[in-house]
Amino acid sequence: MIEIENLYKEFDGVPVLKGISTTFEKGKTNMIIGQSGSGKTVLLKCLLGLHTPEKGIISFDGRIHTELGIKERRQLRQEIGMVFQGGALFDSLTIEENILFPLKMFANKPKSEMLDRVNIVLNRVNLENVNKKYPAELSGGMQKRVAIARAIVMNPKYLFCDEPNSGLDPRTATVIDNLIQEITKEYQIITIINSHDMNSVMEIGEKIVFLQNGVNAWEGSNEEIFKTENEAVVDFVYSSNLFKKVRETYLSKTK
Amino acid sequence: MNYLKHIGKYFLMLRQVFRKPQKWSVFRELFFREVEDLGLKSLGIIMFISFFVGGVVAIQTAMNIDSPFIPKYLIGFATKRGIILEFAPTFMSIILAGKVGSYITSSMGTMRVTEQIDALEVMGINSLNYLVLPKILAALFFYPLLILLSMFLGIIGGYFAGVITDLFFSEDYIYGIQLDFDPYFIKYALTKTVVFAFVITTIPAYHGFYVKGGSLEVGRASTKAVVWTSIVIILLNYFLTQMILG
Repeated sequence: MIEIENLYKEFDGVPVLKGISTTFEKGKTNMIIGQSGSGKTVLLKCLLGLHTPEKGIISFDGRIHTELGIKERRQLRQEIGMVFQGGALFDSLTIEENILFPLKMFANKPKSEMLDRVNIVLNRVNLENVNKKYPAELSGGMQKRVAIARAIVMNPKYLFCDEPNSGLDPRTATVIDNLIQEITKEYQIITIINSHDMNSVMEIGEKIVFLQNGVNAWEGSNEEIFKTENEAVVDFVYSSNLFKKVRETYLSKTK
Repeated sequence: MNYLKHIGKYFLMLRQVFRKPQKWSVFRELFFREVEDLGLKSLGIIMFISFFVGGVVAIQTAMNIDSPFIPKYLIGFATKRGIILEFAPTFMSIILAGKVGSYITSSMGTMRVTEQIDALEVMGINSLNYLVLPKILAALFFYPLLILLSMFLGIIGGYFAGVITDLFFSEDYIYGIQLDFDPYFIKYALTKTVVFAFVITTIPAYHGFYVKGGSLEVGRASTKAVVWTSIVIILLNYFLTQMILG
């Protein structure tokens, strides 16, 4: 379990996270949502250790992040898989080399074994015959799938995804959503997704944390988000007419 | 005040760079890749410029020595001294600052804005050590060889330029380049080269690593890196000359 307690983060004296507390459980797809500037990315970067919070506790299965030494922190980072918004694949490396990269850095295994593992994860994300291609030769959706493959190649305990659907067509976005959810269940990992995409929220959000101006304004599941009376959440999630109608239909059916 | 902040940040960056590589086999691979990218790929331009500038130095020296009391072998002597002491180590380093410096800043800057550096950090890799140390060591190892080649080609260029245009005789030039040869000057030139190699890799790496924004900022950072690298090379050239030869 990942526990966050009273997390504060500021930049140049401007507070961005103002005492966030929440938990993220194993085997669940957890989503962080909120308007631009609400602190989602900063929260994710604090969890990843890319930002150091001013106050508060982040605990990964009992290991308090800020109290870990450099070695233990590196060890923890090896248990984390991350899918960046743009994929963040290394342009100068082939797809195979990209996925092989964490194994080469941290796993002391024969190369043939590492290559087998690369092929296993590529198959898992439904990609074939791309091993020798470069990232620029693949479509956006395929790049995202390679990024997922790279994130899971080390068998992580924690998977973080920063807007995994941005820039993808709705069909590919759904494929990526389903893939992330399947992997979460299959590997029993803690997945945290930072998203703007309300389709994803409704589809795979087993726990949703809504941030507003740096505070945790609401949390619940994708079922509960239909029923919530929280004005800020309703304003944000049901801002489009389509979603308003979906909600009305849902509520009228469940009454 | 802002300059001091950058200087401090630069030295803090170096502290992260000079750590033990996380995996030697990966480091070795990266080192040879950098030797190719930063060194071997600069061979062509260095050879071309050295040969022709050596020719220009010899022609200009010959043109300016019109007194019958000055022996012609001094053309070879002056060309050799100019090339070994100044032209090869300093002028070539400024050329490399432009070529290699902009490459380092733009490649690292692009990695920064496309979150590739964040990806390294998240994996638990010391990104500065991983990206910058192989570049520094490759330049420290290869640039002295490049500068020795530049010296050789500059002197050869001078020979061909003078002999083809009949400005001096081949024997005079060869006698001149052999006259009063002091190996200490080579040592001086190579000492400067090693310092410049460090500057050529670390200043652009600093500008690339800490770039913020998008492609426009990466372009601006590349320009800044080349300007600052050139300025530092010129300043260090002055101080090193004072310290070593003064």
